[in-house]
Amino acid sequence: MGSTVSARSGFWKRNQQRLAPWLFLAPGMIMFAIYVIIPIFQSIWISFYDWDGLGPKTWIGLGNYVELLDDEAFYTSLKNNILWLVLYLLAVPAGLAVALFLNQTVTGIRLYKSLFFFPFVISQVVVGLIFTWFYAPDFGLLSALIKTLTGQSIAILADERYVTLGIIAAGLWPQIAYCMILYLTGLNNINPEQVEAARMDGARGWSLLWNIILPQLGPATFIAIVVTVIGALRSFDLVSIMTDGGPYGSSRVLSFYMYEQALSEYGYRMGYGAAIAVVLFMIMMVFITLFIVRMLMRERHA
Amino acid sequence: MISFKVATGLALGYALTMSAAFAGELVINSDQSDPAPKKAMETLLEGFKTAHPEVTVKWNNFDHEGYKSAIRNFLTADAPDVVAWYSGNRMAPFVKAGLFEDVTDLWTENKLDDQLKSAVKSMEIDGKKWGIPYSYYQWGIYYRKDIFAEQGITPPKNWAELVAACEKLKAAGMTPFAIGTKALWPTGGWFDYLNLRVNGYEFHMDLTAGKVPYTDPKVKAVFEKWAELVKPGYFLENHAAIDWQDAIPQFVQGKAPMYLMGNFAVAAMKDGGLKEEQIGFLQFPEITAGIPMAEDAPTESFHIPSGAKNKEDARKFLAYLATPEAQTKMNEVLGQLPVNNQSAKSNDPFLKAGFDMLANAYALAQFYDRDAPAEMAKVGMEGFQQFMVKPDNVDAILERLEKARGRIYK
Repeated sequence: MGSTVSARSGFWKRNQQRLAPWLFLAPGMIMFAIYVIIPIFQSIWISFYDWDGLGPKTWIGLGNYVELLDDEAFYTSLKNNILWLVLYLLAVPAGLAVALFLNQTVTGIRLYKSLFFFPFVISQVVVGLIFTWFYAPDFGLLSALIKTLTGQSIAILADERYVTLGIIAAGLWPQIAYCMILYLTGLNNINPEQVEAARMDGARGWSLLWNIILPQLGPATFIAIVVTVIGALRSFDLVSIMTDGGPYGSSRVLSFYMYEQALSEYGYRMGYGAAIAVVLFMIMMVFITLFIVRMLMRERHA
Repeated sequence: MISFKVATGLALGYALTMSAAFAGELVINSDQSDPAPKKAMETLLEGFKTAHPEVTVKWNNFDHEGYKSAIRNFLTADAPDVVAWYSGNRMAPFVKAGLFEDVTDLWTENKLDDQLKSAVKSMEIDGKKWGIPYSYYQWGIYYRKDIFAEQGITPPKNWAELVAACEKLKAAGMTPFAIGTKALWPTGGWFDYLNLRVNGYEFHMDLTAGKVPYTDPKVKAVFEKWAELVKPGYFLENHAAIDWQDAIPQFVQGKAPMYLMGNFAVAAMKDGGLKEEQIGFLQFPEITAGIPMAEDAPTESFHIPSGAKNKEDARKFLAYLATPEAQTKMNEVLGQLPVNNQSAKSNDPFLKAGFDMLANAYALAQFYDRDAPAEMAKVGMEGFQQFMVKPDNVDAILERLEKARGRIYK
């Protein structure tokens, strides 16, 4: 018995340095594999099948992708996703503006800050409902306002020209608050000596902001862009709550279209849904790669 | 360590209560989450308990919308003994996947082909019966009797009269038809009726079964009729932004005095403050003269999953559900029509009207999203909604539907 213990402890002692990090990493890696890595490959695998989730699977190779190329609804969703990506990024400069505005010492500033942060705290579902009422024809605040201004009533969520813009506007409300908080923390860490030095050298207003403040906010900007891009790509809850993809599918985004095809009441085309998911994943991969490359470069420079 | 044991113990106990299939216990899953259906279900279960005191029933009531996805999970993972679902093409995927039990024996034993005659077709797939229907309801045009009287309009009997009535109402500053299409399905009712009246039941069934192309001139003719109502603005503007319930206030306030809906809308209209004598019901008027009148009448049913553990009691339950007594009692609470033709007739004026209409109907359609496969229904109703907003796009819409048809029915 003693010998086995010593043999075991011998092995452990010899390899402790090499094994310990893997042991510490193991729980995280196992979880990551089960919940992220394996499902990715499963999705890719399912996307080659025609499958309703219950019956037998039929291999159709690239059939789902060929169909995607000829699917109007897919292009609508893709176009909306791009619109989301571009317009959602407005949250970053808007968040910065609010943060700069709130970065002063006035009595009660903490209260104002928390009021501005409030939209991020409430759930997306609630945000969606509030904006649905806000836009509602006949009794909504906005449509009443438009009616008094122009004499015409516009039902934003029923008009294919405005519906996606309306949903993005709803999404921007909490997202701006999020970016604002990121910038406020960033502003707290700004080196006051540098600002003072710049002031002495005569920097004012824009040039102070552009040359002194913004470079120091680099990390905050990076994070703000990352979360906003990801938020735009996975925009789902607002679309689902506010329009359900309508009117006639014109406010769909890829994630919602995937859900509709694979999991909704009228869907259950697992293969097709998976194919949409793979396309969405590829798009995300572009951004993820960019971010990772950038992060690695920073680490190397640091 | 001790706490770990306790935790596993709890988890195990939880798992046991969840699967919960003890001998003599009948597990029923259904989606009667609205007040009236819930009460009707309670009535049914009470009646069953009196008739079969030896069976204990465990009823899991699901949220109506959540049920539609939940059923796929519990049918495959841990099947209950009885489930609520819909007939027609909506049950086809479950039947084809072998998840529903063939209950033809129940029908022959209890001579149900006769008693449940009106629903025979919708419960049949591959010549076998897959469940027991217990309730259905009529669709038709509900209108404001008081406003019609005020405007001197008599309930229209044919298309020309309907269009004339619309014109008159529009001229009086009203929008003739209330509708909310956010959830898409209300558009299906319109398409069903227009197609049933323009082309007849057989054509409608062929179309929903995928045998006729959507680019067929006969389908085009349906949309031409529809355009006669859409183009002059006879439907509520902004209907794509609202649900069917949101259009009820317009009906109640008299801004939109007609509503093509299922009978369940009457309860909402009364809740809105209308009195019974203010609401009228009329059969969807004739369009092509001489075509026998078929109606939309969605049927509700219970089924036995093939993975059920207690099939014996499940059969008892379904047999009880088929009896005229059980159906009378349940539908009284539900405010719908019993399927069993030996049930007692209701005194409700709308149900009476509906019963008379359906009893004389040439045939019954289930509804667009139950007659057509789910995928086709989604694409189709989206097209209908688009048409109701942009009637000039009809050709593009029909081509899109045709493309979907080519893919879905293989």
